[in-house]
Amino acid sequence: MSPVAEHSRKSILVVSRHAHPGSSLPRSALDTALAAAAFDQPVTLLFQGEGVLQLLPAQDSRAAGVRNLRKVIDSLPLYDIEAVYVDSAAASAFGIAPDTLPASARWLDAAGIRELMASHDHVLGF
Amino acid sequence: MPLTYALLVLASPTSGHSSLTAARFARALLARGHRLQRVFFLDNGTLTGLATAVTPQDEQSPLQQWAQLAEEHQTELILCVSSALKRGLLDSTEATRHERPAATVHPAFELGGLGLLVEAAQTADRLVTFG
Repeated sequence: MSPVAEHSRKSILVVSRHAHPGSSLPRSALDTALAAAAFDQPVTLLFQGEGVLQLLPAQDSRAAGVRNLRKVIDSLPLYDIEAVYVDSAAASAFGIAPDTLPASARWLDAAGIRELMASHDHVLGF
Repeated sequence: MPLTYALLVLASPTSGHSSLTAARFARALLARGHRLQRVFFLDNGTLTGLATAVTPQDEQSPLQQWAQLAEEHQTELILCVSSALKRGLLDSTEATRHERPAATVHPAFELGGLGLLVEAAQTADRLVTFG
């Protein structure tokens, strides 16, 4: 089933601003990005603010009984989501080192984030 | 120039006033001659469609605001099915399928997949999120 017409391809930027597992929004943000990719729509992910905590390496959420979102984020290229960006100021503030980020993730400063937001048709804030 | 809008509601109807703001925004854009293609409720936003919610008499009911909007303007109100099921929001089909005692979704709302949000993003000129 493809509800999306071929002629209209508008780009979507999904901005994830909450930490997991304190909120259900990070999961909804990823589900939305995956749905867009499943329908072959151009989608970009941006982790901002506390959202960068989703990227902490070596997460073990088994005892908490929730899904390890870092694993989902690491697998995004398998679903054709290659454009993943991280707010560099937030990552620095939360002590997340660039070399621990998922392979597909790119560091972005405030000017870069402005450009990213301006270059997409829709910005969805989670 | 009239625009086509779609709304994404993430906010819970019982926390803050974002759901009521979204309903007012919907009314305002329709009053100005724009088109509202669809309202997609996701995450805690799906609780908006809970038919059994009881709002105190001195508060505005988000459920009633949305249901009135749907009735007056035939607005499509979609609850994300995976978010909805987790929160106990079932239509009669899902209640039967999952062997639950009752349907809990208000008739003004329908369950639907995230593909409907993706489709709205492709066809709408503006997609506005209420978080």
